[in-house]
Amino acid sequence: MRRKTSEEAPDASLDWPAAIHRALKSQRVRQISYVPDAGHKRLIELCHADRSMAAVPLTTEEEGIGLAAGAWLGGERAALLMQSSGVGNCINALTLSSNCGFPLLMLVTMRGEWGEFNPWQIPMGQATPEVLRLGGAHALRLEQAESAFDTVSAAAKVAFEGYGAVAVLIAQRMIGAKAFKEKR
Amino acid sequence: MSEAKLGRRSVVRALLERRGELLVVAGLGSSAWDCTAAGDHPLTFPLWGAMGSACMIGLGLALAQPRRRVLVVTGDGEMLMGLGSLATIAVQCPGNLAIVVLDNERYGETGMQKTHTAYGTDLAAIATACGFAKAEIVRSASQIAGVRAGIHRAKGPRFYQVKVASDADPLVLPPRDGAYLKHRFRDALLGRSSATDSVTD
Repeated sequence: MRRKTSEEAPDASLDWPAAIHRALKSQRVRQISYVPDAGHKRLIELCHADRSMAAVPLTTEEEGIGLAAGAWLGGERAALLMQSSGVGNCINALTLSSNCGFPLLMLVTMRGEWGEFNPWQIPMGQATPEVLRLGGAHALRLEQAESAFDTVSAAAKVAFEGYGAVAVLIAQRMIGAKAFKEKR
Repeated sequence: MSEAKLGRRSVVRALLERRGELLVVAGLGSSAWDCTAAGDHPLTFPLWGAMGSACMIGLGLALAQPRRRVLVVTGDGEMLMGLGSLATIAVQCPGNLAIVVLDNERYGETGMQKTHTAYGTDLAAIATACGFAKAEIVRSASQIAGVRAGIHRAKGPRFYQVKVASDADPLVLPPRDGAYLKHRFRDALLGRSSATDSVTD
C-alpha cells in the first residue's frame, strides 16, 4: 500500500472544477449563485460560459438560499458557491431548508483549516462544519480532486431527491492554501 | 397639503384581483397578512421567517419561470434587510419580476418602531441606482392602475415603493406550515409529477 506523506502536493493535474461543473450539469442544476472565492474561480467561469446555466453573483451568501428556494418553487435546481466565511452569513436563511424542506446544495471552499496565513479566516473556517450541523445541513468532505464528480453528484442527490440541505466542504489542502504572492 | 395615505389592504387587493397567472411571494409580517386578506392562493408563497429573503425567492422563481409574471409583495423592514438583493436582481434583469414594497415606515409586528424609510431612506432611488428598469414611489390611489399594469405587463424588473398608512389591520393569517406552502405552490404550478422528479444516472 502506498503511504501518503505530508510532503505530497495535491494532484493539480486533475481539473476538479470541470468535474464539478459536469456533475452540476448532469444533475440538471440550472441556477448557480455565488460569492466568489479564489478556489471557485474556474468553476464560476465555467458556469458563466454555460448557456444552460444562469450564473448569479450575490452581494452576500444568504441571498443564495432564497434564490434556491425560489428556483425550486419554479421547478428548477440551484446551487450556491461560497467560501467557508460565508456560511455564517446563511444561518437564519437556513430555515428555508430545515423548516420548509427546500433542497439546498452548497459548495463551500474551506479557509482556516490547512496552511491558513490569515488568522481572521480561522474562527469561521473552524466553526463551519458545526454551524452547518446546527443549521440542519448535512456536510460532505471533498479531499481528493478525483472524487469531485462523485461527491458533488451524491450531494445533489441528497439535496434534490432527498429534499435535504447539503454542503460539500472542499478541503483547503486540495485547493491549495492561498498566499499573497501575486495578483490574479 | 398632503392627501390621506393609502391603505395597504386596499392597495394589495387592487393589485391581486383578477391576478391571472401571477406568481406571488409575500414578505413576512403584514405584507403576508395583506396578501392573505386579498384571498389565500396556492400560487402565493408567504414567508413567516427568513427575513430579507423575499426578493431573492422572487428572483429564483422569475428565472425558473420566464413565461410567468412574478410579484414580490413585502414591507420596508423586510426590504431593508435584503437591500443587496436589489443589486443582485438588477444584474440578472428579469423582465418578468416586479417588487412592491408596502412602506409604512414602521416595523409593524414588533411595536411600530420607525424604519430607516421614516428617516428618509429612499428605496426606489436605491432600486434605480441598482439598475431597475423602472422604480418609483407611489403615494396616491390614482397611481395604482399604473402599478397594476407594470406588474402584469411591463418589462421588468420593476420596483414600486408604495407609501401606506401605519394603521393596524385585522390579522388574516396564511397557513404557517412551510412544507405545505411549498408543496401546494409546486402542485399548482408544476403539477403532481413534480413530487416524483428525479435524475436517472
